[in-house]
Amino acid sequence: MTSVTFRSHDGSTVQVNGELGVSLMQTALSNGIDGIVGECGGSAMCATCHVYVDEAFVNLLPPMNDVENEMLECTVSTRRASSRLSCQIRLSRELEGLVVELPETQA
Amino acid sequence: MQLVEDHIRTLIAADIPIWDVDPYATEVLQTPEPYYTELREKGAFVYIPRYALLACGRYDETREVFSDWERFVSSRGVGLADFHVAKPWRAPSIVLEVDPPYHTRTRTVISRALSPRAVNDLKDAFAAKADALITELLDLGEFDAVDDLAEAFPVSVFPAAVGMREISKRMLVDYGAMAFNALGPENERRSKWLEKASEIVPWIMEQCKRESLSPGGFGATIYAAADADELTEEEAGMLVRSLLSAGIDTTVTGIGNTIWCLGRNPEQFEKLKRDPKLARPAFEEALRYTSPVHSFCRTASVDTTVGGVPISRDTKILCVLGAANLDERKWLNADRFDIERRPTGHLAFGVGIHGCVGQIVARAEAEAILTAIAQKVYSIDIIGEPVWRPNHAIHALDSMRVRFNRR
Ligand code: HEM
Repeated sequence: MTSVTFRSHDGSTVQVNGELGVSLMQTALSNGIDGIVGECGGSAMCATCHVYVDEAFVNLLPPMNDVENEMLECTVSTRRASSRLSCQIRLSRELEGLVVELPETQA
Repeated sequence: MQLVEDHIRTLIAADIPIWDVDPYATEVLQTPEPYYTELREKGAFVYIPRYALLACGRYDETREVFSDWERFVSSRGVGLADFHVAKPWRAPSIVLEVDPPYHTRTRTVISRALSPRAVNDLKDAFAAKADALITELLDLGEFDAVDDLAEAFPVSVFPAAVGMREISKRMLVDYGAMAFNALGPENERRSKWLEKASEIVPWIMEQCKRESLSPGGFGATIYAAADADELTEEEAGMLVRSLLSAGIDTTVTGIGNTIWCLGRNPEQFEKLKRDPKLARPAFEEALRYTSPVHSFCRTASVDTTVGGVPISRDTKILCVLGAANLDERKWLNADRFDIERRPTGHLAFGVGIHGCVGQIVARAEAEAILTAIAQKVYSIDIIGEPVWRPNHAIHALDSMRVRFNRR
């Protein structure tokens, strides 16, 4: 298990325990986190699982591939340096305590 | 090494159930639900001797095989033929039938062309076309839901969005049907469809040339990637053609199947009329319920196990998406069509790196037409028995007489 904190746009936080190897997007969906839509089911195609990753964790994430980079150009909320698609992040031990912020809107 | 249907017959573990079924028999393709159920009941994997195939239809295992591109590759073909040992009928798709790292390159370009933003720009045009078509169909009263609606609508909006100038409905729909039938066994249906290639392929090639396409469309975005040296000119042409082979027959089927679901479940149509915002979830549920792409293959690249079942390298695996989308292990009351279900995780668009790159467009088309129907149609009567059109990868209607009653 990896503990993950979702901080919503209004500042409220929810902490959940996610299974190792499962994507952050799926972890959010199975814990009923509002603010993650994940319409495409994890194919980096819809840009509705956009998150801002807390600075402390940005460099622990696997590098972004071109497809994800392309999609992040299409998010509805502004892209920042810390923007990622949560469907492309798999929970691992290194990510224990991960904190992400949810954008104002996904669609 | 023994070849069956152009792939290698591998060693199959002794405890895998053997099932003498023909997934490509006309009756099975037309009414697949009993086959789906039996496939799931027999086990996580069954062995189908006549095609030397392993087949899976339970949700978890199907998802695992379909999404793990390292152990279960697409580059050896998503049909029965294994491109390591057999020559493909045409050059394989450079996005659907390739693996990373090459896949990432083509997928990046095609994702850009079909991005949420690009599709957003088309929404008003889709809505206007949808409105006009439904008004026309209400004037007709009775019509064929396949020919006059499910085929007519995507053909009126999608090729134009690609940038095509000349549009032939029959050629466009049949191009997809041909490519999908080619994925099956070497039977009469397959050869009958491949005969059409000599007429359809040259026409498609011509229409997908750079100079045939208008600026501003999906096709132009793909050719712009060739200008930026991300792709060769030839690759750009192939990607534009893959939009047409993968993007028409599929949406036609998705929309036709949704009308079939709504016509048979009037209480669900009532919900949609009360709240037209349910158009998108209704489409999602119809996709889960009918799986327009019923099955695609993968090939094992290593000796491995899935859910404890050993699978030898080189084995062709038929992933029966239609069965997984109706698996009771995953879906509560799986055999009920409920437009409020929100079936996130269904496999109708695939999953993982090959997950449908056209799903944003497909959803936008469906949303436009279903919203117009919800706003203008009082009730849908299906007249007589709908007829299904057998295809080796697509579960589509052939004809369905319908009456739309005015609101
Ligand atoms: C309801 C309509 C549609 C359905 C049910 C559907 C289904 C699918 C499925 C199941 C896959 C995964 C294939 C695999 O993993 O082997 C896929 C991939 C693909 N689809 Fe769709 N599709 C639809 C609409 C579209 C549209 C409108 C387009 C084009 C604009 C399109 C283009 C593609 C392409 C190019 C791929 C290959 C992606 C890759 O391999 O990375 N599809 N589709």
